[in-house]
Amino acid sequence: MADTRIDSGSFEELAMPLFAQMYNFAHWLTQDASEAEDLVQETCMKALKGFDSFRQGSNFRAWIYRILRNTFLTSRTGLKTAALSLDDEESGLPEPVASGTPESILMADVDYQKIQDALEALSVQFRQVILLCDLEEMSYQEIAETLAIPVGTVMSRISRARKAMREALTDAKVRSASR
Amino acid sequence: MICDDVRNRLSAYVDSELAASDLADLEAHLHECSGCAADALRRMKMKHMIRGAAARYSPTPEFRIRMERSIRAKKKPSWSSSWLPRLAMAAIAAMLLIASVAVWETRSDRDRALAELTDMHVATLASANPVDVVSTDRHTVKPWFAGKIPFSFNLPELQNSEFSLAGGRVSYLHHSPGAQLLFNLRKHELSVFIFQEQSGGIPFSAADIASTKLAFHMETWSEGGLRYFVIGDAPASDVHALSELMKRAARA
Repeated sequence: MADTRIDSGSFEELAMPLFAQMYNFAHWLTQDASEAEDLVQETCMKALKGFDSFRQGSNFRAWIYRILRNTFLTSRTGLKTAALSLDDEESGLPEPVASGTPESILMADVDYQKIQDALEALSVQFRQVILLCDLEEMSYQEIAETLAIPVGTVMSRISRARKAMREALTDAKVRSASR
Repeated sequence: MICDDVRNRLSAYVDSELAASDLADLEAHLHECSGCAADALRRMKMKHMIRGAAARYSPTPEFRIRMERSIRAKKKPSWSSSWLPRLAMAAIAAMLLIASVAVWETRSDRDRALAELTDMHVATLASANPVDVVSTDRHTVKPWFAGKIPFSFNLPELQNSEFSLAGGRVSYLHHSPGAQLLFNLRKHELSVFIFQEQSGGIPFSAADIASTKLAFHMETWSEGGLRYFVIGDAPASDVHALSELMKRAARA
């Protein structure tokens, strides 16, 4: 039987290019710099330890993000957020989008700070799916692998997360307009 | 296609996840329906802005060094009689990885630059003051850029064409200043962007590229150290015609 053991040199070549974005993702999940460092460190150590089980040719990014996400779920902050699970059943179908409402206004005066505030206000489940889709540019299939959920649920969650973002941004606009 | 059906698919459309069989129908609808086209545009802009806003936190250099040391400290000795083939395989795999990452990054950067230019064109059209120099005279518009951008360019003679010049403004791509020129064609408005090829790190090869996104047609090419982009909602043949006029002017 061929020896498929891989040393940490190749692990480093795969993991370190993702280091900064993993940290950014971890910070968004934990909302704390120190916790984010702990999360990334623990993720890398777990991934290195289990690297022998990583199937070469499969998606390393989805694999290590899944470890990060699972590690987060068992962390102090992750356990707290797990208690706040999604409050309704996900249908697997995208939510219909209302048209003609204020949220359909072009986002001409929305700045990065407002978007960051809206992202922070999202539940972790919604935040992580938006980050994986829009920031990490993962495909729905990759997100499904990372979060260990069906693709239909990914679509539903993205749709609902975006709706929540639009509503938060619309509220922010209304608030700033009324000042 | 009815609008409700289209809007339920726009999320997948902006994520490039729509099945090829649905794509043509949806894009045909976007050509026809300004409401759905505006919705699609807003979603693309939202996605674009989230990407920018979410890249917020960076690890400290100290943490990076600490992580690299931790990983190297765990390195397993793996020398054995079969180390040479494995080393060769690892080298090949690393080279392939680097090559594929380079291609992916170039494509990704290129797509982002194109999306950014589309946004700038749309923002210009939505602006109450789309241009800073308002003139149909190329001999007024061209000198206006002197001292504002670090290069010069030629504008075409439009007397015998359907195009007319509306004016220009200074624009920025990847922090590099360049020229944005607005042209009218019948009821369409087209932007021509010109940037220095080298200074901005614009991720395009020398080859010409033509693309279509959200019913906007775009052509880009390199000429004399400058990178040109023509973008608009006019038919692709008109975008090409303006591109040819710009190319001829540049070579004059």
